[in-house]
Amino acid sequence: MLDELFTIPVIVGILASGIRLATPYLYASIGETFGQRSGMLNLGVEGIMLMGAFSGFYAVLLTNNFWFGLLAAIIVGGLMGLATAFINVTLQANQGISGIGIFLFGLGMSDLLFQKLVNNVETVSGFQEIYIPFLSDIPVIGEIFFNQNILVYGAYLLVPLSWFVLNKTTLGLKIQAVGENPAAADTLGVSVTGVRYFTVITGGVLAGIAGASLSIALLNVFQQNLTNGIGFIAVALVYFGGWRPLGVLAGSLLFSMINSLQIWVQVIGIPIPSDIAVMLPYILTILVLVISSGRFRQPSALTKPYERSG
Amino acid sequence: MRERLDTIIDVLLPPIAAVVGALLIGAVMLVMLGANPIEGYLALFQGAFGSTNSIADTAVKATPLLLVGIGICISFRGGVLNIGGEGQMILGALAATAIGLALPTAPGWLMIILALLLGFMAGGLWGGIPGYLKARFKVNEILSTIMMNAIAVQLMNLLLRGPMIDKIQKGAARIPQTPRLADVFDLPRFIPTRLHLGTLLAIVLAFIVYFFLWRTTIGYRIRAVGLNPNASRYSGINVERNIVLSLLLSGAFAGLAGAVQVYGVNHFMITDGSAAGFTGSAGFNGIVAALFGQLHPIGTIPASFFLGALLVGANKLQRVTQVPAALLVALNGLVVVFVVSSEIWRKHRAKKRTIRHEIEIEKDAAAPAAAD
Repeated sequence: MLDELFTIPVIVGILASGIRLATPYLYASIGETFGQRSGMLNLGVEGIMLMGAFSGFYAVLLTNNFWFGLLAAIIVGGLMGLATAFINVTLQANQGISGIGIFLFGLGMSDLLFQKLVNNVETVSGFQEIYIPFLSDIPVIGEIFFNQNILVYGAYLLVPLSWFVLNKTTLGLKIQAVGENPAAADTLGVSVTGVRYFTVITGGVLAGIAGASLSIALLNVFQQNLTNGIGFIAVALVYFGGWRPLGVLAGSLLFSMINSLQIWVQVIGIPIPSDIAVMLPYILTILVLVISSGRFRQPSALTKPYERSG
Repeated sequence: MRERLDTIIDVLLPPIAAVVGALLIGAVMLVMLGANPIEGYLALFQGAFGSTNSIADTAVKATPLLLVGIGICISFRGGVLNIGGEGQMILGALAATAIGLALPTAPGWLMIILALLLGFMAGGLWGGIPGYLKARFKVNEILSTIMMNAIAVQLMNLLLRGPMIDKIQKGAARIPQTPRLADVFDLPRFIPTRLHLGTLLAIVLAFIVYFFLWRTTIGYRIRAVGLNPNASRYSGINVERNIVLSLLLSGAFAGLAGAVQVYGVNHFMITDGSAAGFTGSAGFNGIVAALFGQLHPIGTIPASFFLGALLVGANKLQRVTQVPAALLVALNGLVVVFVVSSEIWRKHRAKKRTIRHEIEIEKDAAAPAAAD
């Protein structure tokens, strides 16, 4: 039985779907990285993802155009991000608890809208794989890396892009300053509120895309609680990755590859309990959190609302 | 007198305003979905309190919320956030179910006590691990409890598919579910309703936890650590031990909620692969209940019953207005958001009060001088 797993087509299949399945984790956790680097913990990612997933799905169902779906997810994600920013930045709410509220809101609202507006199992034709001349034709490599849809490519492009924005631009420096020492940043004329609104809304937009990547690019369906915890994992991946895009990429791939392996093991019908395999990345994440708690320092102002003194 | 009034306003106004606000938004949503909001809310009320049976159902629904909620009160008062209620409930249910299946011929009352105790301990273990990781390695408990939730779900799937699966089901269907527990293990019920003894137990425990937190030394230490860990450390309190203790106890009550759910309501376990499939999101809704009850165990009692009523009434609302019951899940989320957002208003009031105090003190100091 096990030797069926170690054939080239199966290994290629596992790697290709592993690359693909990292997409929602990447969008959501890179978005969350922006927020956390500026000191804002958004625990409501899961709820925003669900709203993005539904709105993207519904827009494609109506228009049959997946670009409209993506646009809808971006808008809805951005609005949820704006609401989150208002609650956490302006109203200075406890970010751990408000996130639970936003999650429950998104969970209920996406389910409500789905039941009211669609209410049957429907699939949409979402983003298709893109054929890249030459690259897609390379044996093995082409199948694994260059036979994906555009949202998958986008997720991987986001990693260097976010690294560049965070480390090499004025905006990135402002984000870090606000996350480390908001009072000092404020003295230097950086708008703490403005920067935090920007990062939280960016995180919302990316969480919306993360949800849509499930509903209109990977699975092409919507159902109640479609994301099933991915949003919460995404928050943990930011810690896992030490608040750096590359670390976040590593964590996302860890989860997606083991998920992919688990799916293939089930498809082939190898009788090993897949639940243990699925459990592993979570246990590993806890271990990494234990090990990294001394190595990576979290942004000093994380979860602390800022208020000018005096 | 004025200060007393201030406290009452501080305590009561935010949750009431949060609910009224959420229900108003819910009314707007009902209108937008083409339903009459008055008709809808009347249906909701009837669904929750319309008959003896519906009142009993509300109480049954409120029970896990209350048990999780009083645990949440302990963790919040101890300064830690327990997001792991879902996983702790599952662990408690698994432990309680396992012992019930292993000893099917045990006397009923003995098994009930044993199972609930085991559920309490299993939940405590599942909460204690993040507690230890936080105390020893400074691992953020929000993240570790979320991870523990996911691990608990996989553990449930593993056990229900494997050793705990119903042997009769094994074979063709392989629906991951356990056999039914022996009838004598059922928690006593108030026939003909579905109300069971677990509800009463939860209420009693709420009072006990109140007494524990405010009238015992251990409870005092937990709260002191929650209010100011540094000051507590200087005054000789072992901060780390209290962090572990508050997460452990918090998890234990969620574990008990899971055990009570199995022995009082389900009588077997079945999994659809998700946590909510077993818990009905009570691990999260318990947080809502505790917040809504002002993180006070006694306050959590009416809060849980209120939320239980919303969740039970939602089904009737769906039947009458065709608006899905998921509306209430969304409104629950809004209640949480509104309650935490109102904190800033309370802070402003506290600040104003301090200023008023200072002015009065200055006046008092100035008055004799002026008399001279």
